[in-house]
Amino acid sequence: MLTHVVFWALAVIAVLAGAAVFIVDSMARASYALAVSFVAVGLQVLLMQQNYVGVVTILMMVMEMAVMAVYMVMFMGMNPALMPMSMVHDNRHALAVSIGVFVLLAAGVLLVPWPTRRGGPPVDVTAALGEELMGPKMLVMTGVGAVMAATIVAGVVLAAHRSRYDRFGDDLRRRPADDPQPGGVGR
Amino acid sequence: MTLRTVLLAASALFSVGLYGALSQQVVVMVMMGLELMLNGLILAAAAFWWFLAPDPSGQVLLLIIIVAMTVEMAMGFAVATHLHRVRRTDMTDMAADLSR
Repeated sequence: MLTHVVFWALAVIAVLAGAAVFIVDSMARASYALAVSFVAVGLQVLLMQQNYVGVVTILMMVMEMAVMAVYMVMFMGMNPALMPMSMVHDNRHALAVSIGVFVLLAAGVLLVPWPTRRGGPPVDVTAALGEELMGPKMLVMTGVGAVMAATIVAGVVLAAHRSRYDRFGDDLRRRPADDPQPGGVGR
Repeated sequence: MTLRTVLLAASALFSVGLYGALSQQVVVMVMMGLELMLNGLILAAAAFWWFLAPDPSGQVLLLIIIVAMTVEMAMGFAVATHLHRVRRTDMTDMAADLSR
């Protein structure tokens, strides 16, 4: 009974906080609302005994929202907690599409005859996940590692202000490097 | 707490995120919409795992969704930084030519 009450409370908090992201009038408040939504979903995942995934979701998203707040202060040149904003386009169509998608998904959820559960969870869910990743699902971990490495490289290339081509020219032969502020001893 | 109720909550989260991804003009707000959609996916995948087949391999799918969120955030911030640096804007409408 208590699980049901907690689940419903968390579900309401998650959805309302998610909606608040697009209702509140500052980006900082939107970030905090999104963090609340993620924490509520992470706690729901914990209710389903997936301890590792639930904790990772909560920790990662709280940190991400902190980064997002710093990002807004750094790049948007405003006090994000104080500056009201409402920047939307095609609001009516977006609302219609999202309501339509919800009705479609809800109809599927309610009408599909879902099968009953097969088997039970392992005694130690986290240890079982670790053994799975280090064993039969090693290929997934390998693929994830490659994707993350590619993301780091692509992110740095996109976000870097000046690359080696700006410093050394297109053929990388220019010496000395074209730096706005020369540095080093004797250079 | 049943599979249907959890999936309904996940559907609501997904739909709210879809609204944000479609309607917002600021790149960071579009990213927030996408993350809310992935938030709904995490909840749905967790529910499928718990209520249908609590096999350890099912949790791997959840990890993949979390990785997708991480990649989306990192690349979204990188693109927004580049957009801000090159065009002095953070609005999607000012970068509509990138879709061509």
